[in-house]
Amino acid sequence: MTGTLAAIGAGLAVIGAGIGIGNIGSKAMEAIARQPEVVGDIRSNMILMAALIEGAALIAIILSIFVK
Amino acid sequence: MSNFVAILKKRNKRIIRMKKFMVPFICLFVIMANISSAEGASKQTEESEHATAHHDECSCHHEEKYDPGASAFHHIGDANAFHLFGDYYLPLPCLLYAPESGIKFIMSSAFHMHHHGSGSKAIDGYVMVHGSIMRVNQDGFPMEGEVEVSCYTEKEAADGKVTYQVVYDEKCYNLDKKTSYDGGIMGGGITSFYDFSMTKNVFTMILAFLILFFLFRKAAVSYITRKGQAPKGVQAVIEPLFEFIRNEVAIPFLGSKYEKYLPYLMSIFFFILGLNLVGQLPFFPGSGNVTGNLSVTLVLAVIAALITNFSGNKHYWQHVFNMPGVPLPIKFILTPVELLGLFIKPMTLMLRLFANITAGHIVIIIFVSLIFIFGQAGESLGGSILGGVMAVPLTLFMMAIELLVAFVQAFVFCILTASYIGAAIEEHHEHH
Repeated sequence: MTGTLAAIGAGLAVIGAGIGIGNIGSKAMEAIARQPEVVGDIRSNMILMAALIEGAALIAIILSIFVK
Repeated sequence: MSNFVAILKKRNKRIIRMKKFMVPFICLFVIMANISSAEGASKQTEESEHATAHHDECSCHHEEKYDPGASAFHHIGDANAFHLFGDYYLPLPCLLYAPESGIKFIMSSAFHMHHHGSGSKAIDGYVMVHGSIMRVNQDGFPMEGEVEVSCYTEKEAADGKVTYQVVYDEKCYNLDKKTSYDGGIMGGGITSFYDFSMTKNVFTMILAFLILFFLFRKAAVSYITRKGQAPKGVQAVIEPLFEFIRNEVAIPFLGSKYEKYLPYLMSIFFFILGLNLVGQLPFFPGSGNVTGNLSVTLVLAVIAALITNFSGNKHYWQHVFNMPGVPLPIKFILTPVELLGLFIKPMTLMLRLFANITAGHIVIIIFVSLIFIFGQAGESLGGSILGGVMAVPLTLFMMAIELLVAFVQAFVFCILTASYIGAAIEEHHEHH
């Protein structure tokens, strides 16, 4: 039973991260469409922010898998 | 100018010629990947000998059950021998230490490994189980010299913890867990022996180090021999990557002092990238899951944390302990949060790299496992073919994604480390 609960926890964490990274992606695309000349800066900042969100999600996933 | 155009045309032709070779090469690659993983997995299902654990008597019997999860975890784990193909293993040196019996140095081939990395010999109480060295910790087993053992079995306790057992002379003996270098902090438990062997991961790290050394040496030499000319060969591969990290990571985040930290950032980027790429090869020189090993990423993250905190200036520490322009009651909340942040930052670095690489490897192995899941572990030929038809494009797709992840994760580790160091060495600016 703990296995299934852990899987649900991991899934919930992924939903949160998915919404967050989706927002980053959409806003970055908008920003690039408005100002195509700073595409390099926007891209590296986008990856940085996505990595930070991903970090929080990964901690949740690891905890839900290893801490039963 | 016309000369330049001619070179470009020549290069384009060469790329087209390369493309012709690329498609069959990729197909061959995927097929080989499937065969090599399939071989290991089928060995596990067909010949896996599990013993029924009675109280006194133990016997080995064949069990026809395929567990994709266990197979995946076995493939991504570290091992004391390097699996080549079939029953052939590359022997690696083992340095073992137990307080009661002292230091023991042997090659892993001395354990006579056969199917799935389990040895048929026990040496001074050490046995090789699924590619890892374990030690018998129950009385009655001959702890001196070589003995022949029958097989290995798993015993599940009431709380779900699995203990490995060795079957010798039709009796079961409990085995200690394989050692971890953390002293049992991360749940491995304290073991009766310590394993300082050169494992598969260490071998892969040395290999990646040698590859990087020769590549960079070649690039460095060509800066002297081809002075004033356009970069070519290895140099043309290394230079854009180097310039990218310098111009997009080091200079924007570290400002004028970037040169001091550039060697570290470059080392960390190319080391992680090299290991990620070597780890993607599914057969012999690759297949070591080094950056997907928590101990390796832990060390990388600790180095990053040490460099960040030792290069932190007055303002960095002021922002941690005594934030300027914040009312006193808020400081009681903010200081613990900032202190926690000092540890959470390297921890996320560690977990991000580990989880991304490990997840990628597990997904690829699970896709390959489709062959055995649909084929009911070799019983149904039609199912295996269906599984294979599904597994090949899925594995190819995941491998392509993993190639991207290999670059992105190396870049992310590098850019985050640079941003942490950048925040620590930032010059003071006005807050009012």
